[in-house]
Amino acid sequence: MSELRLDQVSRWYGNVVAVNGISMTIGPGVTGLLGPNGAGKSTLIHLMGGFLAPSSGTVALDGVRIWANQHVYRHIGLVPERETAYEFLTGWQFVECMAKLHKLTDPAAATRRALALVEMEYAKDRQIGTYSKGMKQRVKMAAALVHDPPVLLLDEPFNGMDPRQRLQLMDLIRRMAAEGRTILFSSHILEEVERLAGHIEVVVAGRHAASGDFRAIRRLMTDRPHVFAVRSADDRRLAAAIIADGSARSVQLTEGGLRVEAVDFRRFTWLLPRVARDADVRLWEVSPADESLESVFSYLVAP
Amino acid sequence: MNATIAYITFRGMLGRRRALLLLALPVILLLLAITLTATGYNDLSSSTAVLQRFALGALLPLLALIAGTGVIGPEIDDGQIMYILTKPIPRPVITTTKLLVAMALIVLFAVAPTLLAGLIMSGVTAQLAFAFTVGVFVGGMAYCAVFVALAVVSRFAVTIGLLYALVWEVLIGNVAPGARKLSILQWATSVTDSLTSATAVTSEVSLGIAVTLLVIVTVGGAALAGIRLRTLSITGAE
Repeated sequence: MSELRLDQVSRWYGNVVAVNGISMTIGPGVTGLLGPNGAGKSTLIHLMGGFLAPSSGTVALDGVRIWANQHVYRHIGLVPERETAYEFLTGWQFVECMAKLHKLTDPAAATRRALALVEMEYAKDRQIGTYSKGMKQRVKMAAALVHDPPVLLLDEPFNGMDPRQRLQLMDLIRRMAAEGRTILFSSHILEEVERLAGHIEVVVAGRHAASGDFRAIRRLMTDRPHVFAVRSADDRRLAAAIIADGSARSVQLTEGGLRVEAVDFRRFTWLLPRVARDADVRLWEVSPADESLESVFSYLVAP
Repeated sequence: MNATIAYITFRGMLGRRRALLLLALPVILLLLAITLTATGYNDLSSSTAVLQRFALGALLPLLALIAGTGVIGPEIDDGQIMYILTKPIPRPVITTTKLLVAMALIVLFAVAPTLLAGLIMSGVTAQLAFAFTVGVFVGGMAYCAVFVALAVVSRFAVTIGLLYALVWEVLIGNVAPGARKLSILQWATSVTDSLTSATAVTSEVSLGIAVTLLVIVTVGGAALAGIRLRTLSITGAE
């Protein structure tokens, strides 16, 4: 059981602050590092992976400083975001090289085990350059897992994966976590994090915006008023029905249709079709007007 | 020295188009030597000119630049170095291994062809081939150390290296004699000069100073690369 601890960590590049006074503790299980692009997720993962020195504060694994300490890598497996991985090597050669660099006693056995874990044995003798994105991601996983580390850091692991590969990887991460590993992965997609992580750390604009159980954060995100743009066959009648139903806080009649401020995101999306049917109004378009992740995040960081 | 890192580095250097780049100049040198010998122009002064101006003056710095920066620069640029850095291996071992690979490539693509070309043109006359082989070897070691360190320190290692090899050593060295004292090329020439009786090879740097500076630069470059890699910051895509 390993624990990553960040204590008042800041990192700046010249005048630009990438990470600002973040403290968090990441323990066993899956933790999702959620934030919009450019929020500082990669900087955080680089700090935890020992690729960056904190400008101030400390980053430690089980009380041991990570920066400029190559011994921590016995306990950390890192899957970088970038796709490149010695494309001229075959999958087997790549993972075996990583095993040898870890000075494992039986590199071949470790390689076999790691490739089996990510179900990549069938392509082990092909050059990595010929792999698809999902295959590259999996072989990178195998390389990070080859020494059986208690801590696994994944930087945007689902980028560029198709849905099937995504499910496979989620399954693999869940299995790794069930074995008691400490797993942190970054993502800018709420649904990914929600499906996988029991614990969420939210970072917005370099600051720690929220931390805790995903349901609590989800509630924070869903309890806020949601604005929907609705177009229908008869906007006036629908507006009256919505108001009467009570699932909306306000309804505004505009040129382009209705602007509905819903009280509860899920209840509203479930209720609206029924209200429309009961009122005998045909719905043409329902779209969330403020569902961009940035607006969700900015709501979270707002005081 | 780490065999796995050396293996990956060799594969990276020899597996791609870079290998052709490494091969082109030595092939030209050998063709030149063969042509001169076949046409009877292989007297001592023209052999010296070829070895001095082409082998030592052009082929060596360019190959050392390709090999020295190539063993580590691209990996740092595209982030692949992460796979090696995230291992319980002291960083100086990584840079030393990379440096040794670059040096091995120089022995293969610069030192050996120089010896061959020298023997083809002048046989064992005036120990010319041997003297230049040693000169190219010691110069190559120093160049490699400088360029590997440069590749760790700066993303513009190739540009800086080219500026050094072409502008400083050749251009400024021709105009301002003082610049010649701080030139790997001149130090290597000095070593060569001391080993051959051919009068066309002269250097303004005395052998003692040249050897001292060669050792300092080689060891210093190797050390700097190790130290800088230890605190190399890798920034993400953000």
